[in-house]
Amino acid sequence: MKLSRLLATAAIAGLVAGSAAAQDFTVKLGILNDQSSLYADLTGQGSVVAARLAVEDFGAAAKGLKVDIIFADHQNKADVGSNLARQWLDVDKVDAIVDVPNSAVALAVNQVIKEKNKVFLVSGAAASDLTGKACSPNTVHWTYDTWALANGTGKALVKTGGDSWYFLTADYAFGLALERDTAEVVKANGGKVLGQVRHPLNSSDFSSFLLQAQASKAKVIGLANAGGDTTNAIKQAAEFGIVQGGQSLAGLLVFITDVHSLGLQTAQGLVMTESFYWDLNDQSRAFAKRFTPLDKGIHPTMIHAGVYSAVTHYLKAVAATKTRDGAKIVEAMKAMPTDDPLFGKGTIRADGRKIHDMYLFEVKKPAESKAAWDYYKLKATIPAAEAFRPLDQGECPLVKKG
Amino acid sequence: MFQLIGVAPQALFSQVLVGLINGAFYAILSLGLAVIFGLLNIINFAHGALYMLGAFVAYFLLQGLGLGYWSALIVAPLVVGLFGMLLERTMLRQLRQIDHLYGLLLTFGLALVIQGVFQNEFGSSGLPYAVPPALVGGQNLGFMFLPNYRAWVIVISLAVCLSTWWAIERTKLGSYLRAATENPTIVQAFGINVPRMITLTYGFGVALAAFAGVLAAPIYQVRPLMGADLIIVVFAVVVIGGMGSIMGSILTGFGLGVIEGLTKVFYPEASNTVIFVIMTIVLLIKPAGLFGRVQ
Repeated sequence: MKLSRLLATAAIAGLVAGSAAAQDFTVKLGILNDQSSLYADLTGQGSVVAARLAVEDFGAAAKGLKVDIIFADHQNKADVGSNLARQWLDVDKVDAIVDVPNSAVALAVNQVIKEKNKVFLVSGAAASDLTGKACSPNTVHWTYDTWALANGTGKALVKTGGDSWYFLTADYAFGLALERDTAEVVKANGGKVLGQVRHPLNSSDFSSFLLQAQASKAKVIGLANAGGDTTNAIKQAAEFGIVQGGQSLAGLLVFITDVHSLGLQTAQGLVMTESFYWDLNDQSRAFAKRFTPLDKGIHPTMIHAGVYSAVTHYLKAVAATKTRDGAKIVEAMKAMPTDDPLFGKGTIRADGRKIHDMYLFEVKKPAESKAAWDYYKLKATIPAAEAFRPLDQGECPLVKKG
Repeated sequence: MFQLIGVAPQALFSQVLVGLINGAFYAILSLGLAVIFGLLNIINFAHGALYMLGAFVAYFLLQGLGLGYWSALIVAPLVVGLFGMLLERTMLRQLRQIDHLYGLLLTFGLALVIQGVFQNEFGSSGLPYAVPPALVGGQNLGFMFLPNYRAWVIVISLAVCLSTWWAIERTKLGSYLRAATENPTIVQAFGINVPRMITLTYGFGVALAAFAGVLAAPIYQVRPLMGADLIIVVFAVVVIGGMGSIMGSILTGFGLGVIEGLTKVFYPEASNTVIFVIMTIVLLIKPAGLFGRVQ
């Protein structure tokens, strides 16, 4: 009697627990990026904030999803990044790794994710190889890549007369990829490359390199670097009168945080390609209004927006499939059209490349800026179909198979 | 056109000049380190953080009080120098009797704390600081365009370096200082307040770092990590010049700036490492550094 009651109680308890588990499918997201060094403002805590906002807006709880978010600092080191990724996937049961700026780290994490069949949502890394030679069935490359940047800024400048180029390139995977992709665009549009100088990552003094670029007499000096390297180069170029001398400066990867850090006086006139700007439309402004107070006053960069948008789409796919199989989730993500307030409607290609419009912006003059962080004016919209490298040119093995 | 090892002489001259400008920063920072080490035996790893503080104080003076570059050039070193004296009084003094390795660890820790706080507060990408209006623009020297501000940096750095050298090596006060480091007990017996002299000297070394920070603010961004990026190179300069040698640090500062500049022409990828290669060679041949004395 007693035993049967006990068994019945246990059975009911089991039933309740079982149904609760079926209702609450828990997903764990790991935001892996630079939390402390030169890219901390443009990714860092802001990406964590963006992911939280995405979960909130998705209404995960109401859809039977419980989402945990953790984050860590990869210190821009590929070995630190891949070790963290391994630990997250093996021990902490993380389902998807998000952001990962620094192409060297992202390429390492890409490998680990594929091995463990989880999901990689890339927003911060730029190397176009992530959807090219290194493409993976578990990876979606969201925000931008070196090809798109090169295509946007490079093409626009060549077409407006900047037909001879000299590159200042950060001497590692990202800089070299950006220089390569841009040089190809320049040549394809009838321009020529007069030379390049490759500087070590995190160089503070650019005067020697700028003098070499000045002496080359190239019409455009392309900065194939990022973060502090770019801001220092731009600041010192102003000092050496590069632009007054008739040469123009092309920041191939410039973020709004860089412009903020330089100040409009120095940054004015700079042309750059981005996939997002907070003052683009009502929805992006509404997002910035919520985001900014949560990230120490920093307005969202395109990387932050990309994290928001990628996490939103990922949650849609998880809610629909309720699986932990990374490749299956990514497959579902590719099958569904994307739609979110920041990037609008788009698609994800077979090689993992997210497709959307890109924008060519010019930095305003100090007098044109009406409010804090009012920095860009839109010069052109690059339609989604032209913004990214054509599917058949990436040498992605996934595409060949299909 | 006539070429020298594949590079036009014009380009070479301009790189030497640019190298001298960077050398000015190395010189003035390594001079502060040399003064602090030579006279107090403290390996001041917080030097980079104090250099950064100098730039930040200049920024605050401008934003908060509207004090421009020229006032900052005097006020910022004073403020940071006072802060340095406070550090010496409250912390470094406790370690004077023990191995100077402990001083190194303490100052290293201090640097991490100061940089951490600033990074947390101001982010990583830095704040803008404009070149003072009087020094905007530049001169066309024929072989290169020399920004006025850079020319000013060379002139003022040389002046500060040489007067520091003169004050320590050629004045009565300097001789007291040097005597106090050799034998503090005897100097104290002559009625000289040695502890106060040590505090003031540390304050002066720190003020030199802050002065360099103000000079750097218009060229580089005012960034929390600006000192951390530079400090290792500056230590290499001090080691090459000979720890504690005043003239050694000035000469090697400028000299290595030039060598680094030339590396940027011939093999730019190596420009961050060339100083360490030289350091290794110098240490193998002359372990005490080029101008150092074996103690």
